[in-house]
Amino acid sequence: MQDVVLALLAKEPSHGYDLRRRLAAALGPLGEPLNAGQVYVTLTRLEKAGLVVQEREDAPVRGPRRKVYGLTAAGQERVAAWMAEGVGPRADVSEFHLKLVAAAESGLADPLALVRRRRQELMRSLAEAQRAALAHDANSEAGLLLEGIALRLQADLRWLEACARTWSARASRGNGGGDA
Amino acid sequence: MRHDDTRPDDDGVGSGGSGPARRRGAPPGAGTEPAVRRGDPRTRSGRAADPVLRAVGLSRTYGRGESTVWAVDALDLDVPAGQTLAVTGPSGCGKSTLLQLFGGLDRPTDGEVWLGGRRIDHLGEQALARLRRRAVGFVFQAFHLMDELTAAENVELPALLAGASPRAARRRAADLLDRVGLTDRARHLPAKLSGGQRQRVAIARALVNEPLVVLADEPTGNLDSAATHEVLRLFDELRAGGQTLVMVTHDERVAATADRVVSMRDGMLADDTRLDDGVGSGGSGGGPRRSGASSELGALLGWEG
Repeated sequence: MQDVVLALLAKEPSHGYDLRRRLAAALGPLGEPLNAGQVYVTLTRLEKAGLVVQEREDAPVRGPRRKVYGLTAAGQERVAAWMAEGVGPRADVSEFHLKLVAAAESGLADPLALVRRRRQELMRSLAEAQRAALAHDANSEAGLLLEGIALRLQADLRWLEACARTWSARASRGNGGGDA
Repeated sequence: MRHDDTRPDDDGVGSGGSGPARRRGAPPGAGTEPAVRRGDPRTRSGRAADPVLRAVGLSRTYGRGESTVWAVDALDLDVPAGQTLAVTGPSGCGKSTLLQLFGGLDRPTDGEVWLGGRRIDHLGEQALARLRRRAVGFVFQAFHLMDELTAAENVELPALLAGASPRAARRRAADLLDRVGLTDRARHLPAKLSGGQRQRVAIARALVNEPLVVLADEPTGNLDSAATHEVLRLFDELRAGGQTLVMVTHDERVAATADRVVSMRDGMLADDTRLDDGVGSGGSGGGPRRSGASSELGALLGWEG
């Protein structure tokens, strides 16, 4: 949660309300339990940790000048690190999904490059699982476990195909991912 | 198998020209053609070994004008000797077309196909048929065994067609059926064999003329998981024996058993991943593989933290 909020601030300073709207759009029904309070609690924690700072909005299009949150230098470093790491098999679907959304939004990383890297890591893990599976009787306990691991990795790889399709279509439309 | 009727007219004129007639007469391996083209940026320093298969700017289109479909689109790919390569991608990505171009079952609209250091895309029909018999072993999803021939006879047939004596063909078939673990099924008709057994017969048949490369199109597509295991174990043995193998599969679990996986999208290579620790496989064939126990699998269980 903290990393995602930070990443969504990388493009430009935002109001808490905008952040929550972006998260809800990216997560769909999975984001429903998320309430405004949680976003503000996260922002407060990030502020205490010196990763974000409150500032006044420059020139609002309309309405009063609101308080917006922006990244500090430390915050920017943390976002860059988060973007570069954790694309391997242990990152779960929603975590990687948010990373792609944040990467596209912030312009800090190319979503397709992240997809490619995760695909390679998953493929290597699957290769290990399959080599081990071929060395075991498929009906043994170990063989059964290896089959389960291989099937899960396969499902992740198939979903990456869908990610590649969607994000390459967005890239060619020049649309960073906003849904406004 | 040919689709000449759909080729753009100018292509036949532009690419026909000089070479094919002369090339056809040249004995295989005569060295009259440069296997590695001058100025090829992908030629690695110091390694002169020819790839067994090479695609250069390879394209295959269907239809013409506005409705032209680029099944394969200006694709470059080298398959070194001894490598097992899996080609994956969604249906319609061009992977099966690529395999047909590699095997001389289809002709490119543009670009070149090289097999064993020899350019094959301009060969005449007869020369191509001869090449397919001797240099390429095919394995298909639907096995394509002759129903009225026994397992052994199915394996012998391509050897006989390639000019082997009946005795030599019988001996080779017996050896290969032993290798695929089907000696006791040699006299069975395909109808009496399980799917996995049929595919193992088809693999033995593909190997009978000691091909430069085995091309397999969805080799496990019709098999249950136990039979898939049988076929993958067999491929692993071939790999260890240095057999060059290219398989097309939509099954990531099958692809993961190869040395290298390329994925295609819209007729182009989208990704190229080495799964064999990235060590060039070269002509010596498969080296020892990492064994099963691994840190990465352990990490999936989450026990190391």
